[in-house]
Parts: sequence; structure tokens; C-alpha cells
Amino acid sequence: MNVAEILDGKRVCVCCGSGGVGKTTTSAAIALGMAAQGAKVAVVTIDPANRLANALGLEQLGNEPRRVDPARLATGPLPVEGELWAMMLDPKRTFDELIERIAPDAGRAEEIKANRVYRELSTAVSGSQELTAIAKLYELDQEHEFDVLVLDTPPSRNALEFLDAPNRINSFLEGRALKAFMRPTGFGFRTLGRGAMPLLGGLRKITGLDLITDLTVFFQLLGDMTNDFSQRAAQVDQLLRADTTAFVLVSSAAREAVDEAIWFGERLANDGLPFAGVIVNRVHHDLLGDREPRELSAALARTLTPSLAGRVADNFRDYHVLASRDDHNLGRLAKQLDERRLLLVPQLDDDVHDIEGLARIHQYLFASQAERDRLIEDLVA
Amino acid sequence: MFVTGKGGVGKSTVAIALGLLGARQGLRTIVAELASQDRVQGLFSENGERERFREVELAPGLFTISIDPQQAMEEYLRVKAGTLGQALGSSRLFQAFAMATPGMRELLSIGKVWELAQLDRRTRGAAPYDLVIVDAPATGHGVGLLRTPKTFADIARVGPIAHQGRTIADTIADPEFTGVVAVATPEEMPVNETLALADELARDELTLDLVIVNALYPARFETEEIAELTVALTRTRSKLARSALRAALSEHARAATQREQRDRLRTRVDGRLVELPYVFAEHLGVPELEVLAGALEGSLP
Repeated sequence: MNVAEILDGKRVCVCCGSGGVGKTTTSAAIALGMAAQGAKVAVVTIDPANRLANALGLEQLGNEPRRVDPARLATGPLPVEGELWAMMLDPKRTFDELIERIAPDAGRAEEIKANRVYRELSTAVSGSQELTAIAKLYELDQEHEFDVLVLDTPPSRNALEFLDAPNRINSFLEGRALKAFMRPTGFGFRTLGRGAMPLLGGLRKITGLDLITDLTVFFQLLGDMTNDFSQRAAQVDQLLRADTTAFVLVSSAAREAVDEAIWFGERLANDGLPFAGVIVNRVHHDLLGDREPRELSAALARTLTPSLAGRVADNFRDYHVLASRDDHNLGRLAKQLDERRLLLVPQLDDDVHDIEGLARIHQYLFASQAERDRLIEDLVA
Repeated sequence: MFVTGKGGVGKSTVAIALGLLGARQGLRTIVAELASQDRVQGLFSENGERERFREVELAPGLFTISIDPQQAMEEYLRVKAGTLGQALGSSRLFQAFAMATPGMRELLSIGKVWELAQLDRRTRGAAPYDLVIVDAPATGHGVGLLRTPKTFADIARVGPIAHQGRTIADTIADPEFTGVVAVATPEEMPVNETLALADELARDELTLDLVIVNALYPARFETEEIAELTVALTRTRSKLARSALRAALSEHARAATQREQRDRLRTRVDGRLVELPYVFAEHLGVPELEVLAGALEGSLP
């Protein structure tokens, strides 16, 4: 299998994974590959490395996708028939736009944006990036004519965070907790149900009155908008569950990352979300296998000084430890998931920071199994 | 001591190594994990019983706890508001409301950290710690965490939360009491994030006390030797030897870029930077962590 097959018939590709596994690079390489096949593709990234951002022409701010200049793409080795568009997500601005879209009038939107609870919610709170990333994805899906959307999810501790965090904020915005305190039509505490009074007294005592006032004002402002939030959340949920959507997990071959990939696969299955495959970056392949390193030293001694040969052998022994670690972990992963949906990208000499580098990653992602094996063989020996 | 860093840089590993080092130096030390990661105990007992949300002794003088905001809230309410608190803590409505309040989870977590660091512990029968190491959330959220008490104090203005928030914010701002450690691998993104963290902390009048460059490849080859290796690669027929030569060239290239990135970091935080070597092991267990603790012991300023 390769990415082209995995994404066949898909319109949305969501790349999940924990921090530091190469998620942004992988997302960009997938988008580039789909564009090379003639599609009009947009990649939404969260926080690309400066050089990669520059390579994609993302140095200019803006919360809308911009087309990557074909002249830039032409600097790489891969002919691109389609169009590659890219954008860097601005969570705060996306959140503001969401409020503007849903608010009944501009005045209300401004009041909400000025509210302290909202300001805190839209910037500092974990989950706001995840929520806005999905909101943006939905908007692009609805309002733009892209064949394929690739979403690079926010950097988080783990991949599951992406699925959990938006719900936390959504349930806050929908005011489920506060509704329980208030009558449906009520604003503020005057209309609170009788049963809530002792609780409210407790809240005041514990939290201090002013916080409650800010929260109350916030919910008054949201008022009848909470239904719109619920409705929107339901639509977004539908998009994520659609059979034209593919969740791709990006991982490394280290133990924790592989554990997480396994959980993530299970979680997607439980939630009925469309799992498409796992891309494992930075895999160490080697040929030493079970052979004696002495055999190696002899072979090296023919061309190198003893000191240099010794250090090359030491280096290889260390490399071999990582290779057998990776091999072991990938074996576990293959046992848990459909083995054919496992795509391996080798450890490369340098981080990817330009179109050429993306094209190199693309090679591994879009190659047939036989081609990939040959590429890796070339790389290691 | 708050330990933060971009995801995937080995933040938890470094936090535990620092914990081992603290215990080694005779300090009663606890490593506090946030967001229910629950990883530390697993490292010390593969299949053993796990205690959740309690202080557990892993080794002589080294403890751990996985902090859960909800648990922390119940504890806080019990201690602060007696029977009323208990009633609130067991109210589902109240819990839902409190947990949905933006920043509340962070405030409760950091409140528990603060409690662990008090000489006079609120938790009944609990002994004080000399050193509390927090395995904090990844960089972006990490600063948010440190800022939360002050934000709450500002928003609430009066009342117990404001008071508590201010107390915690003051201890965070006190360099004698609180330190911030950033962990970075010597790669572009983690270095960028660490530099951004230093700026952000400075904006909040906090300092970055230490930067730990983690997983630095050894520099095994001199630049002149690389030419020799390249020539040898064209002359060698043995597949095994070729593979070893490729691995050497590849690792040399990585080691060189790593050093560029490390130097970029060093120009900004000179004197506050220490290095940890890449550990070539199938799995980082206690022996490997002890090695890292030893490396830190030798290099900490």
C-alpha cells in the first residue's frame, strides 16, 4: 500500500500523532504528493518550522489558504500537475471568526470577543487549537473547492488529545453545565431554579463572586447561540465520520509512540472514525541482523585505519540497537493493526526544510511496496 | 522545578533523571506528572500495582504522583470548605461546572503542585518534600500553566480563588522557590520553541533557569575523516561494511546539524545549558535513567 491508495476516494486527510514525530512534514509531503497527481490540495498546518514555512510560502500571515507558487514547486524534483495550497492556522483568529459567523449581529460578536472569559478560552486553554483546527477544516470543506484537504493537527502530548479536547470546549460553549443551573429562558442568577441556590452559595464562597459574574455575562452573551454551537459540532462530527475522511496516524518507531499508535487505532475503531493507516517516521533499518560484528571489523579493516574502522563499527553497533528496537516495536504494531496499512519512512540524514526534502519523503510515501524496499536497500547499503 | 519542552524531546525522561539525582543528593524528592500520564510508576515496576493520584515511593527518597484536576479539586474543597466543600465536591453539577470553566483544570493542577511544595502540608499526615519536580505539559501549554494562577487572581479579583491564585503566583515568581527547566533536542523546532519560551517567560517576569539539550549524538568523526569514509564506500563490496559506512556518514551528518542547533541555543542561554547524550538502548529503563542522572550530576552548574 501507499498513501495514494490509502487516500483513494478521500477528500479529507487528518494527520494525528504526538509531538516530535514529524507530523507537519508528513502532512506537507502527503499534500505535495496528492497535488503531484493532479489534485487541488490544501494543507492546513499549525506550527511549521520556519524554513519549511518559508519553503511553502507561508511567511505571510493570513488565515486563508494561499497557493504555493508553482515556480517554488518547480525547484523540487517532482513535477506537480495539480495545485498545492497551504495555510498556517491562527487559532485565536479562527475562534473569533467562528463567533462572528454564529453571532446574531456584529455588536454581540464584539461584546463576546471583549469578554475576559472568552479571551481566556480562545487563547490559553488547551483544546482551543484542536477545536479551531477542526472548525477551519469544516469551513474549508464547505466553502472552498479543494479536491483534498490535509490537516496537520496541533502538537499535543498524545494523538488522542485531538479527539478529546474539542469536546471539552464544545460542552462548555454549549453551556451544558450552566444550563443545569439556569432555566432555559433565564439570564443570570435571578431566575435560577431553587435547587441550585445552595450550590450557587458554595460557588460564590469558593470562587469569589466576580468570576461568577464574568462567567454569567459570558453565557448571557452566548445566550441563544448555544444551539448553533451544538448544531455546528454535530456537522463537524459528521464530516469526521464521513467515509470520504481518512485518519492517518503519524508515529516514530520508539516504544511510547508505538503504544500510542495502538491505542489510537483502537480508539478510532471504538468511536467509529475512519482509520486509514500509520506512517512511521525515522525508522532505522540495518543489515547486521544476527551476524557477528567481528565480520564487520574485518571488512572495514581492508579500507580504513584501525582507529577509524573501530569507530565506524561502534557507531554501527549503536545504530543496530536502534534498528532492532524499531524492528521489535514495528512487529508489535503490525500485529495490532492491518500490516498493509503500515508505511515506513527511514531515518534520514537531515530534517526536511524545503520542497526537495518534501519530495524525498514523498518518494517513500507514494512508492509501491517493491519500490520502497528498493529505496531502503539503496539507502542502507 | 517545572520541566517543560516540546513534545517528543524526552521531557518526562529528564524529569525522572532529575528526580533520581535529587534523591541521590539526599533530598526528599517527588516527580509530579500532570494530565494523568501515569508513566513514572510503570518505569519502576513493569507490571506492578499502580496507585493513582497518590504519593508513591519509587526508590529511597524518590516519590511520584500523577495529579488529576478532579481529585485535586475534591481535596481542596475538603480542606478549605469543610462540610460544604464535601457536599460541593460530590455534586456532579458542581464538578461539571468547575471542570468546564476555562483554565480551572490547570489551576487545580498547579494548586496541587503548590501544596506538595509546602513545608506545612495541607494533606493530612503528609511529610514535606525538599524538591518537587513537575513533568509539565508541552511548552505551549506549559507557560499557560504557569500563568494560570495569576490570570485567575486577576479575573476573580476578590475571594478565595483570587487569594489562592495570588499566593501561588507569588511563589512561582519567586526565583528562590521556583525554577523553570526547558528540555530540547538539538533540532530546529525544539530549539525555536525553547527560544520562544525564554521570551515568553521574560514577558511574565520569570526566568528560564536551565536548558537541557537532550539526546545529543556523539561526535565520533573528524571532518577530514568523512572524505575517507566516502572513498571507502565507493571501494567496499561487502554489503555489511557498506551499510556500516552509510550509518557512519548519516550519523555524522545528524551530529553536525545537532551541534549547529545546540550552538544556536547556546548563544542565547549561555551558562545555563547542559547536555545529555543520546542513549542507544532498546528501552529507557531505570539503569539508563541512572546513567542520565549521573551525566546531569557531572554537568549541572
